[in-house]
Amino acid sequence: MTEAVLFYLFSLVAVMAGLGVVLARSPITSALSLVTCFFFLAADYVLLDAHFVAVIQLLVYAGAIMVLFIFVIMLLNLREGSPTAMGGFTPRTILGACFAGLMAVGLAAVIGVLNAGPVAPEVQGEYGTIAQVGNALFASRYLLPFESVSVLLTVAVIGAVVLAKKEL
Amino acid sequence: METVGLEPVLGVAAVLFTIGVAGVLTRKNALIVFMCVELMLNAVNLAFVAFSRHFSAIDGQVFALFVMAVAAAEAAVGLALVILLFRNRVTVNLDDLNLMKG
Repeated sequence: MTEAVLFYLFSLVAVMAGLGVVLARSPITSALSLVTCFFFLAADYVLLDAHFVAVIQLLVYAGAIMVLFIFVIMLLNLREGSPTAMGGFTPRTILGACFAGLMAVGLAAVIGVLNAGPVAPEVQGEYGTIAQVGNALFASRYLLPFESVSVLLTVAVIGAVVLAKKEL
Repeated sequence: METVGLEPVLGVAAVLFTIGVAGVLTRKNALIVFMCVELMLNAVNLAFVAFSRHFSAIDGQVFALFVMAVAAAEAAVGLALVILLFRNRVTVNLDDLNLMKG
């Protein structure tokens, strides 16, 4: 019961922070809103017994990706209220909101007919711990995807450096 | 202690995803569009973790980790592209990128 109440509370703040990302004037406000959203999503992960994923979310998403975003925003030195701010009820915003609303209706229909069965019982033993995730990643089914992801990250680093260099 | 069921968590993930889609379709700043894409990826991660808990299978969480790694790679390359764009055009306004317009 307490878990459900906490989950709804954290999710509400995360959704409000998500709205802050879309509606904010300046990119820095958007970025900080997104960091808040990530923090409360990590709290949600903890409530869903995904402890390792929660910590990695804080380290990687809030701690590395968003820092990179904020670096780039400050490097480009964009002005607040510049021509890229949300400009009220233009056709672009109305159409965008309508399409998003349409998609929301579709998603709600899918979740409504989802017959997922009873509420899952307490998870056993080692679910969600780093030992079980590590076992799946290294010793079980996901060894090849794990190594492929390391190749992907290397390629991404090389690509980012090559793209942003002034001259090769 | 009873915990939250599957459908409410999926509902929250759907709401976050919809907000991300609305942001991508609406904003003109390339960086904010990028941040809304990250929001969508996080909504999908929440759905993965919810299903993983509902079926007591660890695969959903492993997949969420892979999504995070791919998002990190995508953020690095995408931000490098944004910097390159800004260096050449001194703008991140998506409306100004209309060279291929008919």
